[in-house]
Amino acid sequence: MQHSTLTAEQVRALIAKGKLKDTLFQALGIFFLGIGLIVIFLLVGDMVMRGAERLNLDFFMNFASRRAANAGILSAWVGSLLVMTVTAFAAVPLGVAAGVYLEEYAKRNWVTEIIEINITNLAAVPSIVYGLLSLGIFVYAFGFGQSILTAGLTLALLILPIVIVSTREAIRAIPAMIREGSMAVGATRWQTCRYHIIPYAMPGILTGVIIGLARAIGETAPIITIGALTFIAFLPPAPFTEVSAGVNAGLFDWLMSPFTVMPIQIFNWTSRPDPAFEINAAAAGFVLMVMVLSMNGIAIWLRYKMRKNIKW
Amino acid sequence: MSANNASDLPTVSDRLAKNAMRHASERIIEMLLFAAAAVSVLTTVGIVYVLVSESINFFQNVSIVDFLTDTQWTPLFDDAHFGIMVLVSGTVVSSAVALAVAIPMGTVIAIYLSEFAKPRLREVAKPVLELLGGIPTIVFGYFALLMVTPLLQKIFPELPGFSLLSAGLVMGIMIVPYIASLSEDAMRAVPMSLREGSYAMGATKLYTAIHVVVPAAFSGLAASYILAISRAVGETMILAVAAGMQPNLTWNPTEPAATITSYIVQVALGDLPHGSIGYQTIFAAGLTLILITLCFNILGQWLRRKFRENY
Repeated sequence: MQHSTLTAEQVRALIAKGKLKDTLFQALGIFFLGIGLIVIFLLVGDMVMRGAERLNLDFFMNFASRRAANAGILSAWVGSLLVMTVTAFAAVPLGVAAGVYLEEYAKRNWVTEIIEINITNLAAVPSIVYGLLSLGIFVYAFGFGQSILTAGLTLALLILPIVIVSTREAIRAIPAMIREGSMAVGATRWQTCRYHIIPYAMPGILTGVIIGLARAIGETAPIITIGALTFIAFLPPAPFTEVSAGVNAGLFDWLMSPFTVMPIQIFNWTSRPDPAFEINAAAAGFVLMVMVLSMNGIAIWLRYKMRKNIKW
Repeated sequence: MSANNASDLPTVSDRLAKNAMRHASERIIEMLLFAAAAVSVLTTVGIVYVLVSESINFFQNVSIVDFLTDTQWTPLFDDAHFGIMVLVSGTVVSSAVALAVAIPMGTVIAIYLSEFAKPRLREVAKPVLELLGGIPTIVFGYFALLMVTPLLQKIFPELPGFSLLSAGLVMGIMIVPYIASLSEDAMRAVPMSLREGSYAMGATKLYTAIHVVVPAAFSGLAASYILAISRAVGETMILAVAAGMQPNLTWNPTEPAATITSYIVQVALGDLPHGSIGYQTIFAAGLTLILITLCFNILGQWLRRKFRENY
């Protein structure tokens, strides 16, 4: 019978080689993780350094201008805020209702299956395609034009899968005994959802909504595709203020107003040949990053709190 | 109130009436909830309808053969050419660069986090990756144009100010978190007993990771790669900012070129009248984009079914 003849020395060498490979791989893993971290720091650091001279109150209170030094982001941040309001009002009720339906009501049949496959596939559709959809449907077929309403609804459709999936995950984490207890005292299915399931799932839903809105506020491509303007030097009409002699704006007139948003303003400034606008782009980019990162940070913190506190 | 005062108690028919009303409102609520769930299906129907109907108009003016074989893309010139391959080449090259960065980096990070890292490090690393994935793409575009391109120009002085290379590299960094997070989930789902069997045979951690865990999690890894491809093909703003927007039939990543997505942005920035041929081209381009991502999704589903392991 043949034996492989390895001396103790050779075995030790083999083990050392294996351990060395393990260590090298770990170093590579840490190095790649580090690149991610470095990119975040470089990005934020570069934008702060370049844009520092613009980061003052005037920058927030001035409209876009042809002169870089006077240009500000007033119409952009107001536009982003209003568009996000529309998005939240459309996406949250729709997404939560769809999530509740799929978890608490839907029967296991082909209709439910189609809806579920469809939601998975929608999450992989490129965002610019949502822009084309809303250019065809909202802008021209429904006649909403290139308005805040159109932009808000477009982004709402875009983040709907995120809201639905997080709602479903939050509901799935609620144990069956909660439903059984509620129904045992005579509550209907909807009463169970209304007074137990939705309130208990709320932190999870909120996390999903914040992550969705953080994604929406940075989206540029679909908003450009619907034909948003890049140069806006006025604000949408506030409700009940005078827009022209003797005419007051209605409560919802702002919905139909032309607008610009933060990412479009940044895109506009980066695509100008004059390097003076790069400073503006950096400053506006920093403001957008702070908005997005703090929203994501809140969501991550919320999820961490949730995991720690809830023990059914 | 005395218990035998019958008039204080609801009569049977009252109770039944209340039940019936409760039943009706429950039905209405269920229907409303179903309608909300159906919105996602309507979205898909809407996307298909808009893209196909505008593309049909487009293909009444331009033959499909020209669309697929012409080597020029000049839809807004008097001498108009509609060769979609010009835009597809830009999309393919930039996606290839991005995936060449993202797949190795994402996979190594995933293996490291799932097999080597201590739980504490994993708790910190995953949110950081999530933050990286949450950075708006317009900011990544700024990063590619004003930081990565100047850096690359120091190494390759002949690199132009716009290039598929720098846009693709940054796109790769953007995609890393998606691959890392999904692949890590897949590898962590591999049962511990498989690893223990491998360790018991004397295998090292790395050997176990590559020869046992990765093959067992392969369907999940494939799914993450397919998602990465969809992201790369559909990415818009990084390319619109950093890769230039001139149509250019090239397979060389150091050249500037337009992609399917950046062409749509370029047209949308101008003022094209509804129903013109230029307006229709962006829907034909969008349809091409969707068909490309659809092909990869079908491939992904096939891979998942072929390599699915059940434990």
